[in-house]
Amino acid sequence: MIEVMHLGKRYGEVVAIDDVNFTVAKGEILAFLGPNGAGKTTTMRILTCFMPATSGTAKVAGYDIFEAPMEVKRRIGYLPDNPPVYPEMTVSEFLQFVAKIKGVPKNKIKAALASALEKCSIGDVSRRLIGNLSRGYRQRVGLAQAIIHNPDVLILDEPTVGLDPKQIIEIRELIKGLGGEHTIVLSTHILPEATAVCQKVVIINRGRIVAVDSQDRLSAQVRKSEKISIRIRRGEAVDQGKILSIEGVQQVLPQPSVDGEGIFIVESELGRDIREELARRVVENGWGLLEMKPLAVSLEDVFLQLTTEERGVEEAAAAPTHTEGVTA
Amino acid sequence: MKNILTLAGKELKLYFISPIAYVLAMVFLMVSDYLFQSQVFFYSTLSSQAMRFQGNVPQINLHEILFRPTFLNMSIILLLIMPLLTMRLFAEEKKGRTTELLMTSPLTITEIVLGKFLAAWFIYALLLALTLHLPLMLSHVTYVAWKPLVASYIGLLLMGGVFLSMGLFASSLTENQIVAAVISFGILIGFWLIGLTAQTAADSPAGAVFGYLSLIDHLDNFVKGLINTRDLTYFLSLTILGLFLTHRVVESQRWK
Repeated sequence: MIEVMHLGKRYGEVVAIDDVNFTVAKGEILAFLGPNGAGKTTTMRILTCFMPATSGTAKVAGYDIFEAPMEVKRRIGYLPDNPPVYPEMTVSEFLQFVAKIKGVPKNKIKAALASALEKCSIGDVSRRLIGNLSRGYRQRVGLAQAIIHNPDVLILDEPTVGLDPKQIIEIRELIKGLGGEHTIVLSTHILPEATAVCQKVVIINRGRIVAVDSQDRLSAQVRKSEKISIRIRRGEAVDQGKILSIEGVQQVLPQPSVDGEGIFIVESELGRDIREELARRVVENGWGLLEMKPLAVSLEDVFLQLTTEERGVEEAAAAPTHTEGVTA
Repeated sequence: MKNILTLAGKELKLYFISPIAYVLAMVFLMVSDYLFQSQVFFYSTLSSQAMRFQGNVPQINLHEILFRPTFLNMSIILLLIMPLLTMRLFAEEKKGRTTELLMTSPLTITEIVLGKFLAAWFIYALLLALTLHLPLMLSHVTYVAWKPLVASYIGLLLMGGVFLSMGLFASSLTENQIVAAVISFGILIGFWLIGLTAQTAADSPAGAVFGYLSLIDHLDNFVKGLINTRDLTYFLSLTILGLFLTHRVVESQRWK
């Protein structure tokens, strides 16, 4: 549905994005993840034909953003980081205006308005002035504005920024509900958001894509070892050497604990499951196994590793699969 | 065309919601009615003198003595208030970040510019229509020559087009409404000064050039009841110039 090819944008000397490539399949929700100033908004503005790119191009719903911008604009719903609303208008006045300029046929405007109001649950404020609405409602009006003409592609720039936790959950649910029917690209610098909503993650840093993949595979890629956490009743009795002697174990890291209990993180070679053997050792030695769980690498770890730690990036880039760029 | 009307409709809605148009209309009417009234007093003194001297005064003509100065004065007031009508058109879109909505909708920049211009022109036409009560009132007590009045109003409408397109251009340059208003004051007062220079340097060739560039001189032809292509071309081409510049500025802002 969206195909981005070697997209680049510079503002004078400043390179905002450089050689950005990714694709989004129909019905997919893609998160565009990166620290502030990474080039998320720039990429989105280029995709929506708000500003031209300096190099490369992109296709949205089969139309080139340079050759057929009108066709692209017809098929895109865009929510910028600030919802573009007229505070002097009422919610339904505003949405009707948007429906008209987006080219919704006259006889379908009523239905489009009703469905947008319902999907974003703002029916009860439809007669109020947008200027008098709270931030959360205004954001929903912004979302309603993006979906009113039932576009194939939705581009949402930090849709949950500035909302309270309850509103964030509501907006996320709403976005999840819109996926499948619409292809969605959303940008965020909040990691759990990407985890909660999206199937695919693009991590961008300083204008370059650092990684593109599903979240699970990204975690696997950055993970250098399997980690297992064990909690043990009699922590002081543990002989770490006995754990280390299990085949594949690389190191044992004792963690702070209370009441004489011991918590250890056991790191082992990637792809080797030592849980059975580990449990047996603990039980045989009578240390008292209370808990054992594998530690998954969160997207947060992936993100930090890819955007801050250069070595991590290089390793990720060196792996031939699922990685589309290198930062310096 | 449909898009232009939709956009113009939105601008009109915003005009009627905000108090600016109402306040402008009130001030404009108060000032122009006062000027008209003082012209009426002048005219009545003149005609009583004419009665006393029995034809020894030059021709006194109602349109010449009453309406012509009124319309010329009106054009100066318009020059001062019209920038306030156009200042928000683009500046506010930029400040409120709604430009992003317009520019990512399937609209051309020409449609956006024309939509805004037409809405402002419509408000201006309403403002002018409100001054029709002056000749209507007068027609109850005396004979009013309607044909030169029609020409005068056509002239005022066209001149307003120039004011508005220049104001629109100023508004497209900035996201600050005050700055937009000040820039359009500058442009319009510039045109007025050209007229003054033309009067002081009337005999030199430069005076002729300035005379052709002066807004007021062209308006004066209409007010005299004369509609000729020279003045039509002048007003229309300046209006189109303003709109063209606006289009270029809006387009160029995409590239920044």
